[in-house]
Amino acid sequence: MSHNKHSVTLDISRCKGCTNCIKRCPTEAIRVRDGHAIIKEDHCIDCGECIRLCPYQAKKATYDRLEDFSNYKFKIAIPAPALYGQFEELDDVDEILTALLACGFDAVFEVSRAAELITEYTRRYMKREDLPKPIISSACPAIVRLISLRFPYLVDHLLPIMPPIEYAARLAREEVLKTHSELKDEDVCVLFVSPCPAKVSYVRNPLGVKQSAVTGAVAISDLYFKIRAKRKEIKDIAPLSQTGIIGLNWAGSGGEATSLLTDKYLAADGIENCIHVLDEIEHGTLHDLEFVELNACIGGCVGGALNVENPFIAKARLRSLRKYLPISRNRVKELDAIPEDIFLTETMDRSTTMRLADDRMTAIAKMAKIELIYKDLPHLDCGSCGAPNCHALAEDIVKGDAERQDCLIQLREHYEKDNK
Amino acid sequence: MDKVNFHFEIDGENFTSAGEASVRIKKMLREMGFTPEIIRRVSVAMYEGEINMVIHANGGEADVNVFCDRIEIILADRGPGIPNIDLAMQEGYSTAPDNIRSLGFGAGMGLPNMKRYTDDMKIESEVGKGTTIVMTVNV
Repeated sequence: MSHNKHSVTLDISRCKGCTNCIKRCPTEAIRVRDGHAIIKEDHCIDCGECIRLCPYQAKKATYDRLEDFSNYKFKIAIPAPALYGQFEELDDVDEILTALLACGFDAVFEVSRAAELITEYTRRYMKREDLPKPIISSACPAIVRLISLRFPYLVDHLLPIMPPIEYAARLAREEVLKTHSELKDEDVCVLFVSPCPAKVSYVRNPLGVKQSAVTGAVAISDLYFKIRAKRKEIKDIAPLSQTGIIGLNWAGSGGEATSLLTDKYLAADGIENCIHVLDEIEHGTLHDLEFVELNACIGGCVGGALNVENPFIAKARLRSLRKYLPISRNRVKELDAIPEDIFLTETMDRSTTMRLADDRMTAIAKMAKIELIYKDLPHLDCGSCGAPNCHALAEDIVKGDAERQDCLIQLREHYEKDNK
Repeated sequence: MDKVNFHFEIDGENFTSAGEASVRIKKMLREMGFTPEIIRRVSVAMYEGEINMVIHANGGEADVNVFCDRIEIILADRGPGIPNIDLAMQEGYSTAPDNIRSLGFGAGMGLPNMKRYTDDMKIESEVGKGTTIVMTVNV
């Protein structure tokens, strides 16, 4: 995961060097040094937790802008279903899709269409024998990276089928090239309308596929006002949407799992809850589970840091939107088969980032030093040294990234002793 | 230094925190570069042991010694002891109270799982005094 082009970045000028983000980062990827935060690139999973937490808006998600793609002849928008939950008094998805076109896209293809197909293929896949149960959804890229980093044993449990964003991009491209014979592949760009930094990051650093068919990712929050304005202007609403209840449900936690028609599922949302569930799966204490859906954000994708609306309000809106919709509008013709090209081609990384050393001897020696230093520390986990907790400081000291004097509590004790 | 020791006080009063030592050990072993398989075996054995100490012995102490070629888990409690170890080792045998069973524990798989996931397991127990279990996972 080195050379990762992250979406989550820091605006140093806004950062006050407080300890809010370091203590809540699920992979302990942030430290405060010289009065401001730094993000350890190889530890960051782009979950966006720090963006939500930062009281000074110093953490930001970077994303692409529609203007950056003006050199393409044909621009396809692939909106995440979370987009529809952002708008008040909406009873027709087509209204948003038409407005999206008016924003400067040449075509739209809903990610929820691909999601409905993925649902069908996942059902078929789950019937196979000898699967490592429970199968864990691979749709949330923050969760996939979390598993690679913190739960490498569970990498084999990840669903080896493409996430809807990737499949949607491929289908959209195919469809456009078929209907527009004048276009070449390089004339077309596919832009994901993203609810979260993790998916922006996915486009830059794809998981499980060699190259992503998605060209770029724009933010829901960035397009929100434009779409709102266009929505008022448009006169004719085009019949564009081809999504049913299942596709829309993917926007919220549990949407993917419930559509698999098994009761033996678990759906958790919020990164801390997900970590807890993954710990339990590793312990082997969750019996009889077929499928586990994990969403890093509270509420699922509607909770992503690039949305505008509160996740629960968005979810409620989606619920009324899906009324009178068919269950699914994307069905697979051939029976029981799963097309080969929908499977992930690259094996998911079992990250070695967390390792202290390459050889075990050295690692054990380092760990022994860490434990020795840790025993001495005050165990307050106050964060004033710039590390999220005392153990992380001990690790940093042994790695040469920090010094004992960084512990302000101990420094004060020494000072008081010297002055007696 | 050819080994590293991790010491844990297992709190018998707080059932909801049972399993935390296992989570910590998992993190440490990962940082030391052990294979996922070894980590899983140690963390499951550790977890079962922790749960046992909380359910039956009002807590105790756990020590994990990590060597290059093996990991040793020592669980010591001052609980009621195990009157019949052979019987306790049987799959499905459990003396866990009903309120614990309602949480999904007490299936009588704790000790058998600890044996299954480790390469060696020794139990010393005296009724009224306590139990010490030493498990080894070879790397």
